[in-house]
Order: sequence, then C-alpha cells, then structure tokens
Amino acid sequence: MPTNSVITDIQQVTIRFSGDSGDGMQLSGTLFSTLSAIFGNEIATFPDFPAEIRAPQGSLQGVSGFQVRIGAKDVFNSGDKTDVLVAMNPAALKVNAQYLKRGSIVLYDTDSFQKKDLDKALYTTQDPFSELKLEHVQPVGVAITSLTKASLEGSGLDNKDMLRCKNMFALGIVCWLFNRPLEIADQLLQQKFAKKPLLVQANIKAMSDGYNYGNNIHLTASTYRIEPIEGTKGFYTDVNGNTATAYGLIAAAEKAGVQLFLGSYPITPATDILQELAKRKDFGVKALQMEDEIAGITSSIGASFAGCLAATSTSGPGLALKSEALGLAVMAELPLVVIDVQRSGPSTGMPTKSEQTDLNQALYGRNGESPLVVLAAASPTDCFESAFEASKIALEHMTPVILLTDGYIANGSSAWKIPNMEEYPAIKPPYVDKYYKGDATKWRPFVRDEETLVRYWGVPGTTGFMHRIGGLEKDKLTGIISSNPENHQYMVDTRRNKIEKIADFIPEQKVVGDTNADTLIVGWGGTYGHLLEAMIRIQATGKKVAFTHFRHISPLPKNTHNILVKYKKVIVAEQNEGQFAAYLNGKFGDLNNIRQFNRVEGQPFKVSELVEEFTKMMEAE
Amino acid sequence: MEATEIKYQKYLPKDYKSENAVRWCPGCGDYAILTCLHKAMAELNIEPHKTAVISGIGCSSRLPYYMNTYGFHSIHGRAAAIATGVKVANPDLSVWVATGDGDSLAIGGNHFIHAVRRNIDINVILFNNKIYGLTKGQYSPTSARGFISKSSPYGTVEDPFRPAELTFGARGTFFARAIDVDMKNQVEVMVEAARHKGTSVIEVLQNCVIFNDGIHNKISDRTWKADNTVVLRHGEKMIFGKDNEKGLVLDGWNIKAVTIGEDGYTLDDILVHDATAKDSTLQLKLALMDTTDGLPVALGVIRNVDAPTYERDYEQQIEEVQQRTPKKSFTEFLLSSPNVWEVK
Repeated sequence: MPTNSVITDIQQVTIRFSGDSGDGMQLSGTLFSTLSAIFGNEIATFPDFPAEIRAPQGSLQGVSGFQVRIGAKDVFNSGDKTDVLVAMNPAALKVNAQYLKRGSIVLYDTDSFQKKDLDKALYTTQDPFSELKLEHVQPVGVAITSLTKASLEGSGLDNKDMLRCKNMFALGIVCWLFNRPLEIADQLLQQKFAKKPLLVQANIKAMSDGYNYGNNIHLTASTYRIEPIEGTKGFYTDVNGNTATAYGLIAAAEKAGVQLFLGSYPITPATDILQELAKRKDFGVKALQMEDEIAGITSSIGASFAGCLAATSTSGPGLALKSEALGLAVMAELPLVVIDVQRSGPSTGMPTKSEQTDLNQALYGRNGESPLVVLAAASPTDCFESAFEASKIALEHMTPVILLTDGYIANGSSAWKIPNMEEYPAIKPPYVDKYYKGDATKWRPFVRDEETLVRYWGVPGTTGFMHRIGGLEKDKLTGIISSNPENHQYMVDTRRNKIEKIADFIPEQKVVGDTNADTLIVGWGGTYGHLLEAMIRIQATGKKVAFTHFRHISPLPKNTHNILVKYKKVIVAEQNEGQFAAYLNGKFGDLNNIRQFNRVEGQPFKVSELVEEFTKMMEAE
Repeated sequence: MEATEIKYQKYLPKDYKSENAVRWCPGCGDYAILTCLHKAMAELNIEPHKTAVISGIGCSSRLPYYMNTYGFHSIHGRAAAIATGVKVANPDLSVWVATGDGDSLAIGGNHFIHAVRRNIDINVILFNNKIYGLTKGQYSPTSARGFISKSSPYGTVEDPFRPAELTFGARGTFFARAIDVDMKNQVEVMVEAARHKGTSVIEVLQNCVIFNDGIHNKISDRTWKADNTVVLRHGEKMIFGKDNEKGLVLDGWNIKAVTIGEDGYTLDDILVHDATAKDSTLQLKLALMDTTDGLPVALGVIRNVDAPTYERDYEQQIEEVQQRTPKKSFTEFLLSSPNVWEVK
C-alpha cells in the first residue's frame, strides 16, 4: 500500500479510460474492472467505441472509451458521469467533457496535448480546458508518452511497441489513485500475453512505473479506497453479457443432454457469442460460421430438426434477414433460440451503440400469424439466466424463442457468482419415443400433448417415426399438406394457444419498491440497472414509487394485467419510441394509465435524467 | 422395437415410398427421378430412419413428402444450408437435397456454392428443367439467352449458369449428370453420389411437360440420344454413337468428336475418362460439351475426387480438443477459468 497522506473512503466511483481507438483503452478498462472485481468490488462496465477500427489518429470520431463503475455495493449500472477521466489526447477530452462531474480528476497525457493534437481535435485555442469550460475539474497532466518510453528504455521493444504500452502506464497511475494491488494486474497481464514474455515484462514494467510515479510525486492530493463487498459467499468471476449468453446455452445443452449447435454470421455487437462458442469444443459445441445470416438460422433449423439445441446469434439487421426462416421454425414447430443483440437502427444505424428498437421486429416481424416466445435479458449476468430459460422453453415447448439482449449489456460486464447447475431445473424435450403414449404407427408430426399443445419431437435416426414436415400448412391429424379452411383456422389458433400456455410455466411478474405507491415504473431488457437506481433515488427523496421489470415479453406473465391496473400512473421507460408501451396497450385494451419515457440516442439511460423526468411525471396531474 | 429389427435387412424400393399421394403433373420428369431415388436407396441399403431428405421450394422440392424417410420441405433456396445443419448435427445420417434450378442457382445460389466449397457430405439432386414451373413459366438462371417466357416475352438478355461450371468453380468434388428418362444411368449416378464422401451434385436434365416441354429433346429423344450424348465411366474410353462408332479425342486444347476408323483415328486414340483427377480442367471441358459445338452432352459421373469432408473434420477437431482437455462439468469449467475469486 502506498504511503499517501490522505486516503478517502468512498462508496462508488466511475472512471472512463478514453483515447484513440488504437490506444488500448479497452484493455486498460477491462483490466481495471477485472482487477477491481477480483479485489472484491461490484463492477459495471460500458465499452463505448466507434464502429471504425482505426479512424484518423487524434480525430473526434476515433475516440474509444471504456467506462467502469466500481463500488462497495449497489452498482446497478455503469454510471452517468465520470469521477475520473483518463484522456490520452485532446479529442478524448472534448468528446467526454460533458460527462465530467464537478471536481472530477482528468488525467491527461501532456505529450499528446500539443498544437498539432489540438488542431486534429478541432480546438480553436491552445487552452483546451478553458475552451471546454472545464474550470470545475482538476486537470492532472502527466507526460505519459515520454515517461513510458523512458520506462521501457532497453526493454528490447522497438519504439512503436514501447509507445503501445502507454495505456499500461496510465493504468498504473489509476491503480495508485484507487489503491489497487498490482499483483492481480500482473497476473492478468501474464494471462493476456502468455505467449509473448517480452510484452508481459514491458507491460508490467510500464504499469508499475506508472503506479510508482503517482505515488512518488503525490500526483493528487488524495487517493481513494473502495472497500470490498461483503456479498453472498461463494466463488465469483466477471463476465460480459455475450459470454454469459454463450454460457447459458452451454449450460442448457448440458442439462438437457443434447448437442449444442450454433449457426451464425459475424455482426456487431453479437459476434462474441459465435467466437465464444467456437472456442468451446471442449464441451463438444458445434459453432458454424455460415455464409450469411440466412444460412446461420437455416443451418440451425436443420440442426434442430436433427435433434440439437440449436441457436443463432445476430443483431437487428441480421434478424431482419432471418425473418422468413423464423417463420419456418414457427410452422414446423421446432425448438430454436434466436439471440438478437440489439443495436441502433434502422438499417446499419450505429452498429456499436445500444438500443431497444427491435422489440416490434421480434414480436411481429414475420409473414402470417406467427407467434413465438420473446424474452429479454436485464443485465450482463442475467444473459446467462435468460439464455438458459430461452433454451428450456424452446426445447420443452417446441418453439422458436427470441432472446433480446443489447449492445450495452452484451459488452458490459459485472461480477457473477458462479452458478451451481444442480440447482437449475431439468430440461425435458418431448421426444416421441419417450413420451408419446399412443400407437406408434398412428403417430403423425402434429399430434400434440393435450395439456401443453406441444407436438412430439421425432428426431431423425429414431426407428419407426419417419415423418415429413415443412413450411406448408399441414392437416392437424394426418400431417399431410392441407389448405382446408377449418384446419388452417384450427392450426392458427393452436399455434397461438401453445405459446400463450407457456405463461403457465414461467414465474409471476414481481414488483419492487413501494407496491402501494401511485406510480409504477415499467421497464424491460437491458435498462434494468438504470431504472432500479432511479427508483431508489426517487425513494430517497421521500416519494413512493414502485418498479417492475419484464424478462417475459411473449407471453407476458399471467399477473401482468393485475399489476398494471393497480397504479394511477404507469411509466413505461424504454430506449425506443414506445414499442413495449404500445404492446401493453394492445394486449390490454382497458389501460388508460400508461405514460411513456423514451430515449433513442444510442447511449444508456442517464439515471439523473430518469429521476428528474419521472419525478415530473409523478407530480403532474 | 430395437429387438425385433433385423440387423442386415435388405430394403426394397417400396420401403422408401411414403403414404402420401404423389401430385406432380402427369408426364412430369420428376416421377422418374423419384423412382430412381427409391431404387438407388434400396441398392445402397440405406436405413430409412437414418435418412433425411431436405428440399427448398418448387416442384422438385415436393419430393421429401413422397419418401418414407425423415423429410423437411423448407423455404425457397435454403435446402443446402438446412442440410448442412442436419449433417453436422448428426453425421451418421444419409442426407439428400432435392432442389431445382431456380431454388439452388437463383435464390439459393449462395448456399449452393458454399455447401459445395465446404464439401459437406450431402447428395444434391438438382432438377434442371430450365424454367420456373410452380409459378407457371418464368425463365430461370439456366434458361438459354434469348429464351422466351412469361417474364421474358421478348427473350432474355442474359447468359445462363451452367451447373457444372458453378460446381467446379466452387471447388466441387463430385459432379454427375443424368437425363430423367434414362433411369439406368440415373440410378447409377445416384448410387455413386451417395458413396462419395463430400458434396455430390447430380444434375438431372428434367422435362417440365407443361411449361418447357421438350427442352432437353435433342439429347433425351431416342432418335438422337446415342449420337448427342456420351456416358462417361471412370477408366473407360469415351465412346458413343448408335454403334459405339464415335469417340472423343484431344485436339490441341480442345475436345473433338471423331469416328473411329476414319481420318486415321483408332480406338487407341480415344480418351479414357479419369473422374478422380484432382485437376478439373479436362473434366470441366467434358461437362460443358454441347451439341451446338458438335459435341455430345456428357452424362454419368464426370468428377469424383476424394477430399476431407466438413462434418468429419469438425468432429475430429472436437475429439482432439477433448483429448487434450480433461472432461469437466459446466460448473467445474467456470471454477477453473481465469479471474475466479472467493467471497468468504
């Protein structure tokens, strides 16, 4: 521990590492959040990067950021504004200026704040802090570039590689500022560059020199200590939403005793799911990078037909391409998990920015009456639970399930208590040879379980149950192609009823906060952390408010209507123009209490804005 | 059920027929293809419950309904991708694709070439009638330039795909051609296709009796068939004609049809077919022969080359990784991953 004169204990802090997209800010941020989690803090992260891999150096559009909020407890989201900004160049300072709290520390690299750097970031004066009206922050200038070079003199690295270590020098300073033990960071770097010992040494040296530099010259008046959490006992790791989603599928396949198959096509921000599953050959996972989005889903449908837990991962534009095939899975009544990591749209939109604008597409984006299950994950770790449940529903109810996550929770990470899979429910697919009790010779593919309306699964390779299915409407009894009007009406009704009956198998919707309040905040998906904190902050002002957050969107939990009608005002907050609010109004014709809060900026909600706007809505007549 | 099954049961063609009534137009070439497939499967003794027939959309794609196997009639153009999923999911299944020229070369062109490129072990029967039948008579990607149809009333202004060329271009390892009415050759190539490990493409020149009747007449009609086609068999001389009096020879870079005993050509000059040559140059020239150039259309197995198959290599990779990594439950895996800490 350093011998600082002052160590201030604080509850929570938000730090943003920001620089050129080639400056290694994502790595600094990830390391800092991981080591904080291992240290025992709660964490929530928000990688915020441009779609361009390398925009022009020093330009405003090339700024890449990694925000991490750490705290002793109640870290529900990655924070609105930052307490500490690491700005590797003037562009990073400019882009993030509006998110700086009063009194926050801005650690910046004086070597890259020269005239030419200021010009690239379109400053008109030589004094960036005054120009940005940042009189309220504490600028801490460090010659990070030249100090890093000095630190790595004689390391055997060339000049270019030396300069690439400046992110580690900056990380070292931040570690000093927050009293983080460097040993954990050392270990993480050793894992990261396991095959390049020279780089391990150089990175560790730069980081450690950064730490010592901060300590030796007492760079700031005080450093900060955030105590470890005293959480539920057990083993923890940190995980981002995409990895957790991939893990949820693996866990479900293991539980069900089936092969996991993923057919996919690279698309931001969902590609990590494909990459994670491609690694998991140790679990026998078959993850195929197909030739396009359509082949991604159709190969999965083929694998599902052949008896796998089959999934496909994509984002909004990819889901649009998969629509027709999704209809086939509805018609053929095959299990399928479709993961849509939502991003800003329409069209290509803002690929690296997050939104909740695909809800309508998930619910309605197919031809014909085409009901299916829609779930939405609330947080990075909830992606695991949601992917597990999506798989269970798909396999047991023989239906496609769309799981909506989003770029924010997919890339954001938090600490995760390692689940004990023995505590998770069994998954029992309705295999025809195991569960069908009738005469096998009379079985046809659309014979159903009377209770659940689920058809039986005849997996190719099973003797005696050869059958044909497809996209054409089939007779309910014979399974032969049929365009009989009564039969079609029956099948349309039955496909819908089958999905609605799933409400009997999902938990009731829960409300938190003051259930006797006048106002209920309603959310779904990745906005959970922000909405929960907004509720708590409103309660802290002495006002009563309740909050309910939906994972189950189609079908809705059975008690949904009962909850909604209880409150005078229901504020549906979502990152779209009101898709869930319209869905609720459409489902329940008698609601006249729905209010909307909508932001479609490609950025997470800001809790301060939520508190302000919700309070206004609560006070309004 | 397992107990009563006879292990080495010999299947008959009827064992592959489903209960569904066949509903193609009377006189359609598809009937012959279906019959040949039943016969080929019986000859191969494939177990019906270990067989999956996948199709897209179009007249050809109704075929799975008429098979007493597992069958999936899917959506337009996607059969090759669905079959890929089926085969990778369970490499023990015999997987067949029934598709047409529109289904696999227009809307499904991408899946077709990528399945061929991956060399996944599926058998693709490509019904080529050079027309869209189910939508009642529009030109297809294999219709000749200038072809008049309902959607090209003044004739098309585009050149067709030649399925062999596309298959070879996608690095195909097996290509065969047959005529719907020539059941003997058709069964033969289907059997060969099934035995080949990798993507087997069988182009069946099929007659659409309603919208494109007689499109293959020049080669399928008995009057001209012997002179206008040559059946290629690996290791055999390329001989054709009513009395086997004609043969193919190389003339510079080109193939030439000659009459044996005339112009100084003897039987020894006639080319011997090598379907297994890795270099596909000559095979491609053979596959593209056309009567308009004075050459017979090649039938039979034109290319049949050994190469690794996608699904087997995938399985092997999994095995290798699993041999290196001790088997773990999912929870054990997480506990042994980096960045794990304990809260006590």
